[in-house]
Amino acid sequence: MSAMINLDTLTIDGVRDAIAAKTSTATAIAASHYERIEAKDGEINSYLALSKERALAQAAKVDALAAKGEPLPPLAGVPIAIKDVLAMKGSPATASSKILEGYEPPYDCTAVARLEAAGAVLLGKLNCDEFAMGSSNENSAYGPVRNPRALDRVPGGSSGGSAAAVAAGFAVGTLGTDTGGSIRQPAAFCGVVGMLPTYSRVSRYGLIAFASSLDRIGPFTRTVKDTATMLQITAGYDPLDATSSRHAVPDYVAATKKPVQGLSIGVPAEYFGDGLEPEIRASVEKTIENLKQQGCSIKPISLPHTRYAVPTYYVVATAEASSNLARFDGVRYGLRADSSTLSAMYRKTRDKGFGPEVKRRILLGTYVLSAGYYDAYYKKAQQVRMLLARDFLTAFHDVDAIVTPMTPTAAFKIGEKSDDPLAMYLADIYTVAASLAGICGISVPCGETSDKLPIGVQILGKHFDEETVLQVAQAVESAQK
Amino acid sequence: MSKSMSKNTISVTLDDVRRVAELANLELTPEEEPRMQRDLNAILGYIADLNELDTANVPPMAQVAEILGDQVKASAEALRADAVRPCLDRKAVMAEAPETDGVFFKVPKVIERA
Repeated sequence: MSAMINLDTLTIDGVRDAIAAKTSTATAIAASHYERIEAKDGEINSYLALSKERALAQAAKVDALAAKGEPLPPLAGVPIAIKDVLAMKGSPATASSKILEGYEPPYDCTAVARLEAAGAVLLGKLNCDEFAMGSSNENSAYGPVRNPRALDRVPGGSSGGSAAAVAAGFAVGTLGTDTGGSIRQPAAFCGVVGMLPTYSRVSRYGLIAFASSLDRIGPFTRTVKDTATMLQITAGYDPLDATSSRHAVPDYVAATKKPVQGLSIGVPAEYFGDGLEPEIRASVEKTIENLKQQGCSIKPISLPHTRYAVPTYYVVATAEASSNLARFDGVRYGLRADSSTLSAMYRKTRDKGFGPEVKRRILLGTYVLSAGYYDAYYKKAQQVRMLLARDFLTAFHDVDAIVTPMTPTAAFKIGEKSDDPLAMYLADIYTVAASLAGICGISVPCGETSDKLPIGVQILGKHFDEETVLQVAQAVESAQK
Repeated sequence: MSKSMSKNTISVTLDDVRRVAELANLELTPEEEPRMQRDLNAILGYIADLNELDTANVPPMAQVAEILGDQVKASAEALRADAVRPCLDRKAVMAEAPETDGVFFKVPKVIERA
């Protein structure tokens, strides 16, 4: 029935067209994804749970619409999977942690509900670093995810399962979350598109919080157009999230169709310094040259505080995490370690439930917030955060978008950095400044290394200017073909 | 308080690690303590680079909205109407808890010493 459909290259339009033309059905497309997952995810480990009942019920609804010849919603029958830090009623939400083992949220995350309301078929929940803390997906309590492009390498993190599932043909699109690079970096490592929407653009109701002033939900897809479509559906004010923005949601797909001629692109010197692998530099420079040929003007710019972004991030994010993760105490959900007193129960539950990286970050966050250190670390980091944000605001006076390498290296080997937390944190060098500033960005594939590992380029835009980011991203993608 | 600002050689002791673990309601094993001490010192040493910057006149940024000015004026209206609305089903919520009587969460004895 769906013999003509290639799961590795399938897009949103591909699914809708096949269903509309009756060359396939939503049910058949969902079933072929499950077959592929069951045959091949053993070696990738991207899914933590499948939600077949819910998926097939939704697929049947879409097929009934198509049979009656009724208009199909924008994601009709599109197989989509969800990072395990997002709530999906009827499925577990562990955040890849033992402390939430067995927890099934009794409600849907708004972004997830909006996708399903637009016709998406929700396949299941995806592996990630525990509580989204990590850059390699090696911190999952349920085992690491492997990079589908090179099985001995990491897929990136923390949304490693979300990137890997798209790269491996296990879903047409996925949702991930990005607190300090957790969508963009794995997208680059796995060779897919991943978008960081502006802070507050997508409701976070139903997201298990890590760092509330930074956390964002965003899509992974195979094409820029599909990312635009998923953003279109998930963006916009939500009465259930007081931090969600009332800013108007423009037509993102239309933005991808606009030529980039006349746009001004900033290239920050600080993102091309020591530690950037020559092959990645060459690929990104070629991408910039191509944008120039398409009519963009290229301007060298400076973001002078860039080198302070990683230390700033690891103060702000861990401080907020130490507060957010206080709620995991063995009382309302998940694991409880039995003990005769309440305080011993808290400590034993948290000791048994949290993995080493989560404990490390809770300790660091508690330390920087503790009496005597608050001003020295937390307030200082918030001040430097302001300087980092001003760097971008100043740069955007002169340019429409900023183009940088997404990562200093291609996907590294599993185990290569897992014993050295500081080395792992430094892998976030090109991602965290945009996170702290709250601006939007995207990672788009722009080439391969000589080892055939994917390379990603980062495009950053002003707050709420996803349109320009998508417009430039489309130009980069089109130049690859 | 600002004493630690000037030193680039922050040194977290094992006692500090234990104190912070207690504040965070974490129980570390004797093997975990030196490991965490080593990692915290490495990370805090790196964070000390922030002291190179003079931030005396820079306001702290706690939220992204603080730098957006007029762009987020509308978010002052972000609070929804204070009206009674249906909430999650109590049974479904309580069903996720390790121990309940159906109405309340049950926990071990709270009072530990006289």
